[in-house]
Amino acid sequence: MNSIIFSAAARLLVALLFVFSLFMLLRGHHLPGGGFIGGLIGAVAFIVYSLACGPAEARAALRLSPEVIATWGLGIALLAGLFAFVMGDPLFTGQWYWVGGDSYETAAFSINSVLVFDIGVYLVVLGGILSLTYAFEEET
Amino acid sequence: MSWVLVMPIAVPFAAAVGAYLLRNFTAGRYVSLAGSVLSLVASAVLMAAVLEHGVIAGQMSNWDAPFGITLVADYLAAVMVVITAITGLATAIYALGEIPEHVEGLGFHALFQVLIAGVTGAFLTGDLFNLYVWFEVMLIASFSLLVIGGGKERLDAGIKYVALNLVSTLIFLSGIGLLYGLTGTLNMADLRGAVADLDNQGLVTVIAMMFMVGFGVKAAVFPLFFWLPASYHTPYFAISAVFAGLLTKVGVYALMRMFTLVFVGDVGFTHEILIWVSLLTMFTGVIGAAAQTDFRKILSFHIISQIGYMTLGLALFTPLALMGGVFYLVHHIIVKANLFFVAGLAKQYAGSTDLNRIGGLYKSAPLLAALFIIPAFSLAGFPPLSGFWAKYLIVVAALEIEAWFVAFVALLVGLLTIFSMTKIWGMAFWKPHPDGIDPTPDRAPPGVTRAMMAPIAGLAAMTIVIGFYPEPFVQFAETAAMQLLLPNDYVDTVLGARP
Amino acid sequence: MEALTALVIGVLTAASVYLMLARTFMRFLFGLVLLSNAANLTIFASGRMTKGAPALVPYGEDAPLGVVGNALPQALVLTAIVIGFGLLAFTLALAFEAYRRMQTVDTDAMRFAEPKEDADT
Repeated sequence: MNSIIFSAAARLLVALLFVFSLFMLLRGHHLPGGGFIGGLIGAVAFIVYSLACGPAEARAALRLSPEVIATWGLGIALLAGLFAFVMGDPLFTGQWYWVGGDSYETAAFSINSVLVFDIGVYLVVLGGILSLTYAFEEET
Repeated sequence: MSWVLVMPIAVPFAAAVGAYLLRNFTAGRYVSLAGSVLSLVASAVLMAAVLEHGVIAGQMSNWDAPFGITLVADYLAAVMVVITAITGLATAIYALGEIPEHVEGLGFHALFQVLIAGVTGAFLTGDLFNLYVWFEVMLIASFSLLVIGGGKERLDAGIKYVALNLVSTLIFLSGIGLLYGLTGTLNMADLRGAVADLDNQGLVTVIAMMFMVGFGVKAAVFPLFFWLPASYHTPYFAISAVFAGLLTKVGVYALMRMFTLVFVGDVGFTHEILIWVSLLTMFTGVIGAAAQTDFRKILSFHIISQIGYMTLGLALFTPLALMGGVFYLVHHIIVKANLFFVAGLAKQYAGSTDLNRIGGLYKSAPLLAALFIIPAFSLAGFPPLSGFWAKYLIVVAALEIEAWFVAFVALLVGLLTIFSMTKIWGMAFWKPHPDGIDPTPDRAPPGVTRAMMAPIAGLAAMTIVIGFYPEPFVQFAETAAMQLLLPNDYVDTVLGARP
Repeated sequence: MEALTALVIGVLTAASVYLMLARTFMRFLFGLVLLSNAANLTIFASGRMTKGAPALVPYGEDAPLGVVGNALPQALVLTAIVIGFGLLAFTLALAFEAYRRMQTVDTDAMRFAEPKEDADT
């Protein structure tokens, strides 16, 4: 697609979408959001970029191939689930460590395995969607 | 306890991640191989736990049943998981010899491990919707494996396989939705009580039929089997062996689970249909095989025919019949995967799988011929191999309830199976090669042949062991059948399971 | 509301069966999309419809107040939509690749895996 307006706007849009996707990823679990929707928005960012600059350049901007990203995501999600094993709980039981308090209301922030799992989901969705769309874009 | 249940699923997934990241290196295939070995260890641990406790269950994420996802293993599930791991390991070894490097680079080993994880998950889950998810995991991996390597034939076969399996999945999904609407639960153990308490049993039977069609397509029963002979002869032999061994059996397993645990309100209607379906499946399968002249197509039709025996074990719904069904399931996976392995090696030696174009394998590869005889005769039901005991149990079960016609068809199909097996024997092994040459494996390096021969020998040895020492296996199948018919233990363990 | 949903499911299923009986594989795929949506609607409707009451927990509470919509079917439908989307995308890619190799999407002409017997001899 050769439109100056679009490619100029795309640079701004991509950055905005990508930051928004990270925002959605990080606010998940307690508020609407999460890894899945974040991954979708992140994928949209790269799709917009590839529409503006072509799939080859979008692939280069991603650096890793989307399939590898999805595989890493699967591995991270699996590790987050298996971490419960170390703590003696069943698979995928969320492990929470509150910093500066003891619950969602009082703590400043938390370190938890749920977010790690969400990051894994984010990468799986991002990689999965992108590998599909890139495949279609390159074929046509 | 829950970790014993998780490991057989988690290990293949981990192996898939490792194998994909290393797909362009030789290490990738050994990661996959190590994953298969570890899966076997994990499933053996699971089996030991099940043998000790009878039924074990675990609640994922600490959500109590029936609200969370439950993993549960009784005797049947445990033996299926073990046999899956064995088939997986055999295939992983076989793939070392058969799968070319550029296909490994496409992620063959990762897809294969995901397939194994999906199959294992389907065997272990105690939640209906989770079963649907595992079916999809399994399907997406199998779709990719079926068309990997490309080519018109594979794409054509893939299209048909994908289309019919997607339709069946959607019918299954609609059934889940309706069942949830009626009962408000999706936990299989919880469903047993909830379905029995319903006033509207007629609607339950309708939903049962949706499940029967959905699982029936997966299991390839008459008249829903057309996708199977259209697709199983096209992919790499390692892939078609693991498909032939495992995928249809997941359908049979799901049928066995649902129609012993949940849909038992109107046995006279549902299981009567299953009897006729089974008989027609057995008969059309074996007749279809008689018309084929391709090694793998004959075997594909025999999968269908043999599926009939397993569903027949379920349909007769007596302890002895179910016991025969369970025994058949286990025996069949080993034998059928092995026959596809043999077909692959026969092609390696003689250059084709078309029986008209090959021959003389008995002279040039006597070891392969001997190793073909074992699973082939076992499939046909020759004593004292494993298939004899499997067929014997089913036929005795039919005679016990004086279902003469059923027993007659079971025996007749056994006879016709011998016809097909002797056809393969005569044309591929006995008659001289039509080009007048001695088929030799000289086109492949010896390492390849050895990697492909080892799993064949291993599985053939298992067939012989089951054949000569059937007592422990029969006793195991008996306990499994009793657990299926009287699932109080199953229900209590799931609903009362401590997290 | 439920009666209307049931009607919609019926119409979707009928339309999908009509499309799936066509000889063109693309029409079959469109039928599959409709059938997938019909199945999702079935799950959604089977959770009973509650108007204007999202299953959200107000801030500071432990459980939702009053009657809220059933959240489980929505979660199930979301899962089913995602899986269905993935499978359909894969099937579309497969159909496209098949079209490039075979130059047809007519299922009657797709006989490469099972060639006609008389064509062989």
